[in-house]
Amino acid sequence: MGRVSAFYDSLVGKKIIMAATGFILFGFIVGHLLGNLQIFLGAEPLNRYAAFLKSIGELLWVVRGVLIISFLLHVISSIQVALANRAARPLGYAHKKNIETNYAALTMQIGGPLIFLYVVYHLMMFTFLTTGPGYSHTDVYANVVASFKVPAISAVYIASMLLLGFHLYHGTWSMLHTLGISNAKSNGLRRALAPTVAVLVAGGYISIPVAVLAGLVG
Amino acid sequence: MKLTLKIWRQAGPREKGALATYQVDDINPDMSFLELLDVLNESLMLKGERPVAFDHDCREGICGSCGFMIGGVAHGPLKLCTTCTLFMRHFKDGDTVTVEPFRAKGFPVLQDLVVDRGALDRIVQAGGFISARTGSAPEANAMLIPKQNADRAMDAAACIGCGACVAACPNGSAMLFTAAKVTHLGELPQGQPERNHRVLRMVSKMQQLDFGGCSNHGECEAVCPKGIKIDFIAQLNRDFLKASLTDEMETLKRV
Repeated sequence: MGRVSAFYDSLVGKKIIMAATGFILFGFIVGHLLGNLQIFLGAEPLNRYAAFLKSIGELLWVVRGVLIISFLLHVISSIQVALANRAARPLGYAHKKNIETNYAALTMQIGGPLIFLYVVYHLMMFTFLTTGPGYSHTDVYANVVASFKVPAISAVYIASMLLLGFHLYHGTWSMLHTLGISNAKSNGLRRALAPTVAVLVAGGYISIPVAVLAGLVG
Repeated sequence: MKLTLKIWRQAGPREKGALATYQVDDINPDMSFLELLDVLNESLMLKGERPVAFDHDCREGICGSCGFMIGGVAHGPLKLCTTCTLFMRHFKDGDTVTVEPFRAKGFPVLQDLVVDRGALDRIVQAGGFISARTGSAPEANAMLIPKQNADRAMDAAACIGCGACVAACPNGSAMLFTAAKVTHLGELPQGQPERNHRVLRMVSKMQQLDFGGCSNHGECEAVCPKGIKIDFIAQLNRDFLKASLTDEMETLKRV
């Protein structure tokens, strides 16, 4: 345990854990997106996919376990790092001009908790089925269409996915850097990767409520 | 030229400080920013007031002694330059400029614009050296070093330890400084035997001295007068991860 605790005691160690767990959560976000996009294939393929996920039983709980642990590590280490960072400058500047950083990077600590709140709401809606306009346990397609027909639900969803896009924009770049995946030759590529990932993921998710509201799906 | 300066005045480490406003007229555009403060100080002394304290030494941009926040930017608005090589021609006549000390918990203010940057020395003391006796300069071709490694080592070694990276970092982190020292020795054969030990001890020391962590904002690179790249921070992260996984337990102990 000595090695693990020495690693975790360090802010660099915590950042590496945030990056590694962020990568796992990113993998989930991409997988979830690919699953969701099956809605464009119609009701039957999406519902079949949902039934398949439920049918794998124990394996599903293994995946969920990994995700829950990753999520907790990601959140706890980020809070600890944020507190240490804040303590490192007790008296701020009267005038400070930022040159290189961006809005997404400076708001990670606001966007992160908001995404957490959204995940809770999302799980209540589609996994525990405790909220929303009358859901079925088997007809995922109908659930999605019924909820996105409500403009307020679509609006919250779109706003949350935009936040996720911002989070991934800085997160993708930051993760690679924290894991030490960097050299002068690939820097341009890595800089371009972050906005591409953010736009593809946020755009992919947002396309679903937009399609429902536009009457293309449902 | 005329400028309005809002300068942080603080009589001592435990005194309360505040911004004070000064008007400076008849500024020669070819003065450096330090010379502007010299001129201001002469007028303050003639009036019997305490002059503004600031650090300086070589005044040619190579020693790393000078440095404070000018208009919200460490070393001021010009890229790749220190405060002493920033000239008044880079300002507009009639500008109001805020002048504050570098702020970080690891850099306590001693007086006005002077901060104690001894913490950077203590990070180096934790491992930023080679403990074997190397004698005098070796014969140039006795130990062959690939050109790209030599270049990277030299780029990292350009760090003058001014502390602008810490001042600019939204987290008050000394990662760019530490990463430059880690890379500088890590690229050379002489630095290899203590490479793992070095990164673990320096990172641990940095944290112990109340510096924050790196969020990859890139503010440090933007203000570094020597153009040190944040690539070196990625190198530090890589070395840290490798050392944590492979090094003897003995060196994992905290400093």
